Amino acid sequence: MTLAYFPDAQPLEGLIGGLMIGIAAAIMLLGLGRIAGVSGLAARSIGLSDAAPPRIVASMFIAGLILGALLFQGAFGPIESTYPPSIGWLIAGGLITGFGTRLGSGCTSGHGVCGMSRLSRRSIVAVMTFIGSSMTTVAIVNFAGGGW
Amino acid sequence: MRQAIIALLSGALFGGGLALSGMMDPSRVRGFLDIAGHWDPTLAFVMGGATLVMAVAWLVQRRMERPIADTGFSLPGTDLIDRRLTFGSALFGVGWGLAGLCPGPGIASLAVNPIPAGIFVASMFAGMTIFKAVEK
Repeated sequence: MTLAYFPDAQPLEGLIGGLMIGIAAAIMLLGLGRIAGVSGLAARSIGLSDAAPPRIVASMFIAGLILGALLFQGAFGPIESTYPPSIGWLIAGGLITGFGTRLGSGCTSGHGVCGMSRLSRRSIVAVMTFIGSSMTTVAIVNFAGGGW
Repeated sequence: MRQAIIALLSGALFGGGLALSGMMDPSRVRGFLDIAGHWDPTLAFVMGGATLVMAVAWLVQRRMERPIADTGFSLPGTDLIDRRLTFGSALFGVGWGLAGLCPGPGIASLAVNPIPAGIFVASMFAGMTIFKAVEK
């Protein structure tokens, strides 16, 4: 399925993948009583956070993320991906993402998927802020000739 | 043990969803953020699908006294809006825009695309370590 105005978009795969992500987050919420926030669980898994979930729970969720992608690739073949042309983008992006998600207590999964669906004022503000700053960042990089 | 299995199952489903939806492709994510260019709305469908399921889950959660495999819910507050939240989120967006990766897809890519994803995730953990060191 394609969209007339956006031939590159994958709306059906996106929607089904999104439903899977929602079910995964629902399993964490209704099964373990916790938010499926990847930045927080990642920090917890390597001992950078003292916040709630037992470390084994955080580590197993993180291991599951890696396993899920691996199983998908095993079943359906290589996952299409194009990375930034320079590792500088990955290093700078990673550093800022790590610091920012800890300071702001969440990322696309915790504030985005879990918080917005809860109508959390806090998460709605967080999402509007990071969507705004990310779009601005991409626009500035493109303007400066660094688009990819 | 039961908690660990539930967490693994949730993570695996999450990772599979990221893979299917194209969110493990930094250029596709960047396409969503590039509103002035060849905009790619796929990410909005992903968010829509995930949020839809979770909205139902929150309704169910309100009727539960405790989760299935724990003694109580451990959920963050929803009202506090301070400079930590806004400044931290603004920073995260800059990182997301630069790399085209956020924490979930970055980690999910570790086995299938180890070198670039590993560089991103190692840098992300370095950023988290710096935060922990300077946190007040």
